Amino acid sequence: METPQLNSLYQQLILEHYRKPRNKAELEDKTVEVHLNNPVCGDEIRLQLRIEDDHIADVKFTGQGCSISQAAVSMMTSLLKGKQLDEAQGVAQRFTEMMHGDEAAAKDKSLGDLRALAGVSKFPVRIKCALLGFEALQKALKQGHAGDPR
Amino acid sequence: MAISTSTLGRDAQGASMAKAFDPARIRAQFPALHQEVNGKPLIYLDSAATSQKPQAVLDALDHYYEHDNANVHRGIHELSRRSTEAFEGARGKVAGWIGADDPAEVIWTRGTTEALNLVASAWGLDNVHEGDEIVLSVLEHHSNIVPWQLLAQRTGARLRYIELDDQGRLILDDLPKLLTERTKIVAISHVSNALGTVNPVKDIATAAHEVDALVVVDGAQGAVHADVDVRELGVDFYALSGHKMCGPTGCGALWGRRDLLEAMSPYQGGGEMIHVVGRDESTWAELPHKFEAGTPNIAGAIGFGAAVDYLSDIGMDAIQAHERQLMEYALEQIRAVDAVRVYGPDSLDEHSAVVSFTLGDAHPHDISTILDAEGVAIRAGHHCAQLVMKHFGIAATARASFYLYNTKDDVDRLIAGLSTVGGIFG
Repeated sequence: METPQLNSLYQQLILEHYRKPRNKAELEDKTVEVHLNNPVCGDEIRLQLRIEDDHIADVKFTGQGCSISQAAVSMMTSLLKGKQLDEAQGVAQRFTEMMHGDEAAAKDKSLGDLRALAGVSKFPVRIKCALLGFEALQKALKQGHAGDPR
Repeated sequence: MAISTSTLGRDAQGASMAKAFDPARIRAQFPALHQEVNGKPLIYLDSAATSQKPQAVLDALDHYYEHDNANVHRGIHELSRRSTEAFEGARGKVAGWIGADDPAEVIWTRGTTEALNLVASAWGLDNVHEGDEIVLSVLEHHSNIVPWQLLAQRTGARLRYIELDDQGRLILDDLPKLLTERTKIVAISHVSNALGTVNPVKDIATAAHEVDALVVVDGAQGAVHADVDVRELGVDFYALSGHKMCGPTGCGALWGRRDLLEAMSPYQGGGEMIHVVGRDESTWAELPHKFEAGTPNIAGAIGFGAAVDYLSDIGMDAIQAHERQLMEYALEQIRAVDAVRVYGPDSLDEHSAVVSFTLGDAHPHDISTILDAEGVAIRAGHHCAQLVMKHFGIAATARASFYLYNTKDDVDRLIAGLSTVGGIFG
């Protein structure tokens, strides 16, 4: 019944993150928060980070939306906890490359579970779903820097 | 499907005409339906967003550009005469379609949205004042909410809402409370795009007129599925779009009562809408041109007229009967799918050819992606009706909408696609 394309999109790992999202909670001692929604489809993400010095000490999110947007942000938060800020930027860039069909990026171990989302690149109308969490991250990193007392 | 006289104008004659209605022959007249999508034959269930176009409409557009293309109302030459005749002829067809007495009461617009904005600006800014009230419903499309919000912000008027019940129907028992001497406008959809609810526009108009409020109807989904008779409905303005009813995109119409339109200020200034232009002020053209500044969408209007001809030839009674049969089958089949919840009225008398639903924890976008991979096109999202979604406490629904070219086989393909969704998300 299922086409191969669909199998590549809806991998078990994605459905598992959708059903049991990691880090989906309020972050009490956040230092930066970004709220993004996609007015076209209504997907919504509120991303909260605690940035200490040059790294992400903690990250959590709340929101609602499709399996792709919610699984992507769940995977993203799992991967980013403890990462240096420039490493986090690197992950965001690599993930964006993967979404635009870069096959080397899709094999890059630095993307961890996020590699399961490689199939999204074959579904152009869904790419923005996968990128919503990373858009929030990039905004948060900018704000985090702007608020940096140093 | 809305075929009772009280809701959608003239009565459907029903079953005997439906026998002559041949969906296969109708389908053959829509070129875009005959293609494969993702390796599967296309099933188009998104007509509430925009309908497909029959060959007759495409031919009318081609003919206009290939033979008659010229600006309207200003040339003395033969092509201008022909294009003006076709353009004004189309106005007459649309006027006839909605039961207007006079084609001059039909103003061409870009669509329903512009028609509603026209009323909100041109009538609203002169007649609505601080402390006045505008009554809307929670069921409305954003295009029948936001223009009134803008008007309220500019004038200090207040918006009040008719609430919905658990089937997505208006709670009309509240109407006496909502309608007061402060009510200036009641703006209501004929048929909900999000749920398919058919509103009792005639009853609402009667109640609104008792407090001297004007009734503005968003007919984007109303004029599509039934004969509309604006006089019978007793409304003051009726807005519609050609592209929802087999016409090209970018052309719709506003019908308004002549006395209201004549008293109103123009909407936009420019060529065509003037009588005499002076240095400091000008005088306005007669109706309908007063509201049609600039070169209009000539081809769009002609295509809209061709769509009216096309639907009239088939007969709305036959189309309504077909849609009702299809909806009976579709609702029965969809309700039987595991974990499906259908939103909207239970009774087909109050439910147009739209099925809005959710399926377990599968997000409507995922449902739509999976169906698309099976060649089935539906709409997923809030359908420009965020207040409706909020009412039901959901972010989005999946929506399958049906039109004259859809068949029971299309419903079966939808149901098969939903079982694939169940397989992935179940």
